[in-house]
Amino acid sequence: MTATRTPLTGRLVVNAVLGLMALYTLIPLWWLMVSATKGEGYLYQGSPLWFSHFDLGANVSRVFSFQGGVFSSWLANSALYSLVGAAVSTLLSVMAGFALAKYRFRGREAIFNVILASVLIPAPMFALPLFLMMAKLQLTNSYWAILLPSFVSPFGVYLSRIYASASVPDELLEAARMDGAGEQRTFFRIALPVMSPALVTIFLFQFVSVWNNYLLPALMLNDASKLPVTVGLVQWRSSFANGVPPILPITGAFVSLVPLLVAFVALQRFWRSGLTAGAVK
Amino acid sequence: MSTQTAPSPARPRPRSGAGPSRRYRRRTSLNAAGFLVPFGVLFTAMMLAPIGYALYQSFFKVHRQGLFGGAQTTQFAGFDNFVDALHDGDFMGSLGRVALLGVLQVPLMLGLALLLALLLDSRSARFRKTFRLTFFLPYALPGAIAAVMWSFLLVKDLSPFTGPLAAIGIHTDFLSAGWVPASIGNMITWGWTGYNMLIIYSALQTVPGEVIEAATLDNCTGWRLAWHVKIPLVRPALVLTTVFSIIGTAQLYTEPAVLAAARIPGASNKFSPIMNTTLNASQADPNLAAAESVLLALVTLVLSFGFLKFTQRRTADA
Repeated sequence: MTATRTPLTGRLVVNAVLGLMALYTLIPLWWLMVSATKGEGYLYQGSPLWFSHFDLGANVSRVFSFQGGVFSSWLANSALYSLVGAAVSTLLSVMAGFALAKYRFRGREAIFNVILASVLIPAPMFALPLFLMMAKLQLTNSYWAILLPSFVSPFGVYLSRIYASASVPDELLEAARMDGAGEQRTFFRIALPVMSPALVTIFLFQFVSVWNNYLLPALMLNDASKLPVTVGLVQWRSSFANGVPPILPITGAFVSLVPLLVAFVALQRFWRSGLTAGAVK
Repeated sequence: MSTQTAPSPARPRPRSGAGPSRRYRRRTSLNAAGFLVPFGVLFTAMMLAPIGYALYQSFFKVHRQGLFGGAQTTQFAGFDNFVDALHDGDFMGSLGRVALLGVLQVPLMLGLALLLALLLDSRSARFRKTFRLTFFLPYALPGAIAAVMWSFLLVKDLSPFTGPLAAIGIHTDFLSAGWVPASIGNMITWGWTGYNMLIIYSALQTVPGEVIEAATLDNCTGWRLAWHVKIPLVRPALVLTTVFSIIGTAQLYTEPAVLAAARIPGASNKFSPIMNTTLNASQADPNLAAAESVLLALVTLVLSFGFLKFTQRRTADA
């Protein structure tokens, strides 16, 4: 603790600005939570930011029973797309990143540069070309239309290459080979465990990017039963005019955010490592 | 669970002489390929092939004989689709709209992100971890759900903002035609300021302590320290976040699309370039949509690389 060189007013101003930003971030989410608890017909009454006519249970059960319980299949679809997509893409990325870090072969840098360039191209740019191609192949409106693109994570390859060069010592791999382990065994038994922090980060980022994706599934899917929760809730919001009461998309949005909020707080340190790897090269 | 190859007893010893033997090098290439191929195949099929296909499509046109289910012929069309795109008023209008939005919103958002990062990095900040986590939170939430939330939150009779604003004499409807672009800008700012702040903050953390100490000894503190020492040192992070934001704005889709889906009267379903291309793709003209995507990609590339080159030249001059 150094002597207080910064005057008290300065400290107050700094923390007040930070506090204001925190309010700006949290008020909408607080509003969503409060609104989700308001009983039928009371949404427009009382203070928008405080509870009245608390009836969360009834709202939630309505969300899950509306239209034959389609909301639970949306959640299940989101979970399927994100879990399978993140698991497969993590494995493929780590394998590719490991190869690019630990083997010397011709064309290595060229391949890595192509992958690196595609990290900078945002997903929306690929969505329409993908849609046109999938339509030609008659793969739209199928689970594969969402799953296949989600298996590819150039960012994951980039991250695993960096991580593998920094944390998997050549001597360790050499020693495993000397002991007669094959390349695959060396990778799965030796390299993969060492790289597990990177694995978690890649999985997390890909999981969130698939779960949060809207454009691709909105383009590809027609069947209500195949939609992820993002597209489903927007449909409920859009048929608001056709008799879906507003409390359904509001409560549905709140319910779908709860697991994300929990995971966000629980996994915070992995966020940071992914971002810093992306930013400070 | 892996299928294990039998360990070969006669493994060539690498680095035993002048360098790795040719046989060893071929083995490494093969082994590397084994690890690279699964990703490579999918990468080619899901990223390179669609780009190629869209490029190809953009140079062809489908001609229909007769109105109802007549035979279709596909013909090479040269740059016709691109000319059509340049004459598509909706598409060009959306490019202009998004450019204007970007020019106003990106500096605002990044300025705010930089300010917050500097404040968090300053000695006066309390509860650093909590603030950092709070600011970053919206990034982890789906943009579409956030947009659904805002689409209710900005409705006049539901909004917690209408009352206080009316009390100080400002009567607004955030979802009226005039306000929709600003409301979309607000949604992007809400979602992405924390992400950008975290990138800049991480860069600030790598500034060596001795540099700050030396500056402090020279009586350079507070704002002067931030302006003369910290900001120049995190320039690369600022350039990076700017490029990301330019790309993100050019690709704007979710926020206006959700407002349009919610039938907000002031929100058009042709607000952003991507909304136009998807509309064309599913209805009128996939070839035009392909050409417009290619144009949009080119504009994005030119803008982001142009900005990079511009900042590099500025650095060289300085």
